[in-house]
Amino acid sequence: MTKYWKACIYTSIFLLIIGALPANAQTDIDGIMMTKNNFCVGGMYGYSSWKNYWEGTLKRNNLNLGTVSTQMISVMGNYGITDKLNIMVGAPYMMTKASAGTLHSMKGVQDGSLWLKWMPVEKTIGKGDLSIYGIAGASIPLANYEPDFLPLSIGLKSKTLSLRAMGDYQVGKFFATLSGTYVFRSNIKLDRDAYYTTEMHYTNEVKMPDVLSFNFRAGYRYGNWIAEAIVDKMNTLGGFDITRNNMPFPSNKMNATKVGANFKYEINAVHGLSVIASGNYVVAGRNVGQATTIEGGVFYIINFSKKAKKASLESKKQ
Amino acid sequence: MKKLIIYIAIGGMITNLSCSKSISDRNLSFPSLSPSKTDANAGTWKTILLTAPTDITVATPVATNNPDYIAQINEIKDYQASLSSDEKSIVAYWSAGAVLRWNEILRELVAKHNLPPYQNPDGTYPVPSANNPLAYPTFPFANPPYAARAYAYVDAALYDALVTTWYYKKLYNRAAPYKVDSSVKVLIPKSDLPSYPSEDAAVVGTAVEMLKLLFPGDQDYIQQKAEEHKRARIISGANVRSDIEAGEALGKAVAQKFVTRARGDRAGAAVGTQALWTQMEQNCIARGEVPWISQESPKRPPMLPLFGSVKCFLFDSLTAVSIRPGPPPSTSSDAFKKDLEEVRHYSDHYDRERVRIVQFWADGISTSTPPGHWDAIASEAFVKENYSEVRWARNMALLNMAMMDAAICCWDAKFTYFNPRPSQMDPKIKTYTGLPNFPSYVSGHSTFSGAAATFLSYVLPSQATNFTSMANEASLSRLYGAIHYRSDIEVGLVVGNKIGQYAVDRAKTDGADQ
Repeated sequence: MTKYWKACIYTSIFLLIIGALPANAQTDIDGIMMTKNNFCVGGMYGYSSWKNYWEGTLKRNNLNLGTVSTQMISVMGNYGITDKLNIMVGAPYMMTKASAGTLHSMKGVQDGSLWLKWMPVEKTIGKGDLSIYGIAGASIPLANYEPDFLPLSIGLKSKTLSLRAMGDYQVGKFFATLSGTYVFRSNIKLDRDAYYTTEMHYTNEVKMPDVLSFNFRAGYRYGNWIAEAIVDKMNTLGGFDITRNNMPFPSNKMNATKVGANFKYEINAVHGLSVIASGNYVVAGRNVGQATTIEGGVFYIINFSKKAKKASLESKKQ
Repeated sequence: MKKLIIYIAIGGMITNLSCSKSISDRNLSFPSLSPSKTDANAGTWKTILLTAPTDITVATPVATNNPDYIAQINEIKDYQASLSSDEKSIVAYWSAGAVLRWNEILRELVAKHNLPPYQNPDGTYPVPSANNPLAYPTFPFANPPYAARAYAYVDAALYDALVTTWYYKKLYNRAAPYKVDSSVKVLIPKSDLPSYPSEDAAVVGTAVEMLKLLFPGDQDYIQQKAEEHKRARIISGANVRSDIEAGEALGKAVAQKFVTRARGDRAGAAVGTQALWTQMEQNCIARGEVPWISQESPKRPPMLPLFGSVKCFLFDSLTAVSIRPGPPPSTSSDAFKKDLEEVRHYSDHYDRERVRIVQFWADGISTSTPPGHWDAIASEAFVKENYSEVRWARNMALLNMAMMDAAICCWDAKFTYFNPRPSQMDPKIKTYTGLPNFPSYVSGHSTFSGAAATFLSYVLPSQATNFTSMANEASLSRLYGAIHYRSDIEVGLVVGNKIGQYAVDRAKTDGADQ
């Protein structure tokens, strides 16, 4: 595992507006750790759009929305407290827009997230290396944005807590990572004091169903390159379907299966600098947009450990 | 160190998760209705459609020493011998008030059905059919005019039914079961009001009958609520079965008169025809104005263009025409240009507080509409006043008749002038709420709110300032949302206030406040 100590792969999971989830640094979901006293910082730009969406299970378009697009700019940081414990933070700025109809675009800072990634087990089994991770994260809205303007809201405004178990196995230059995540979501408050789901509610508070997701990724991880394919499945545990020709609502059931690929390349010319590109597509869903997402980013690693930075780098690098 | 951090993190999460997700709806914590006065003479109050309570026949009840009555008392005792927690919660729910709860049920049905139909493959739009309410598009599309009319009919019918109920209560003067037999427990506040016929059952009978007309596809839900309500009254010791049966029959009979009126009030023809929509557009062009064009894709016919011809409750059709405001600023005038620039300003300049106001008052699709919102505001105010059921009905009826007449006058103005929305005149104007699919002048929200605030300020003068500022905010929300010009909202409020005054004038002479 230590071979890949300096990898700092970030892609965001901002997709899925209709239901925007907090945009997360994806390093919380890969089998890579920062070494002690190293700090990786970077920025990403992402563009996601959909024309078709699922109204419940019915796939449709909407001529009064046209194509709904989301742009995201985010900053993220990852620090190695120890070789086996990393802390990560991220915050995105989002912009949404519908190409047709009269609804106004929305923009603003969305939810900040903080993750702790712990690798308690790392051992050689058979021909490969197995590592096990326990990951915990929290997100909180950083601004008073409007969640009740879907599908153009920049987020759902719920505070979240995520607990994730993950295993990573690498044989030679190839690896596979599997993780499962439970996301607790807090109630949210609307600007109106009554709303209808499948029944009338006389309150401004909305109960948000929790989310369970699974993520599998596999590919090539060696030297300056990481190239991986990803399948991600997200299920909302509860919530209700968008009724016929209705608008989406924050507590809708929002399910999605995504496939995608990520690439990371570490540039030799500038030490510690890497670039990221990724893309994904929603292949199946319920009450979400069938989004296509592309992202790119640049990251830089700063080593804060005083002793023999350079030597350490050289010796550990493949 | 690292373990410590993990423990702290996990500990923090568990603490956070232990926070309850449960939500308390305001309407579920309303207290049991305990009227501060019985309004014993309400049988003399002025009715709306009935000429007098005696239009309806209610049989003389059996005496309280009759074996049949004693059997009915025993039915209550049987129930009370083994009360489940479910039964107790049903009693608590319905005890908040019959007129209140059936208004809430109506608001819920409106919200459920307030969805515009999806287009046909050829780009036309289907129209819901009352004869086939469960087929898509389901009947009704409970848009604001439809909803305003539904609230008015149900509450007006409830009022006439309860005046009739009060008349017969006084006439027959049969005491409540718990007064006849002191061993009957009473699970709700006691009352000196005679219990035959049951006012709650009169409400059930009236509401069920009206809702057969207005929401014919939701009978299973409505009947289940009706059965639960009647059972709650027996379980609670408030009524014996014959009180319930007499009240329900009375309610149904009164409702029939309102159903007959509704069938002939011209609302059924309000959708109009393609020829009519084209004619309205041509008339507008002939006046030298830019006509309204649907901004939806595909273009949707305007919402209920003939609703302005529906028969009003508070005044005749000549008066309705006399209330019609003068024309909006000409689309070629400087005044119009200024209005349009102001809307553009609000569209271009996002402001969180303005968006909050827009959202609070939006009352768009999948909501109970602006009249439903004002019913909720009124209900939450009335709950604190401890009205008798008949006074509840009277206030809700006048409020909702005013809002229905506001819908009629507003729609009359909209389709007389047929003027365009701001986004049509300046496509760069983007909106912070859904753009309604009908002409702009005058604002429906403003007309409804003006009418509601004027009447509520008469009923609860100490809260007049509050109602007026709510109406002003509701009205402004449409300008902030970039869907209305200032002239739409200002004139809308004036028209609404005028209509509200008709409800006030009636209230001053209906016998309830004298």
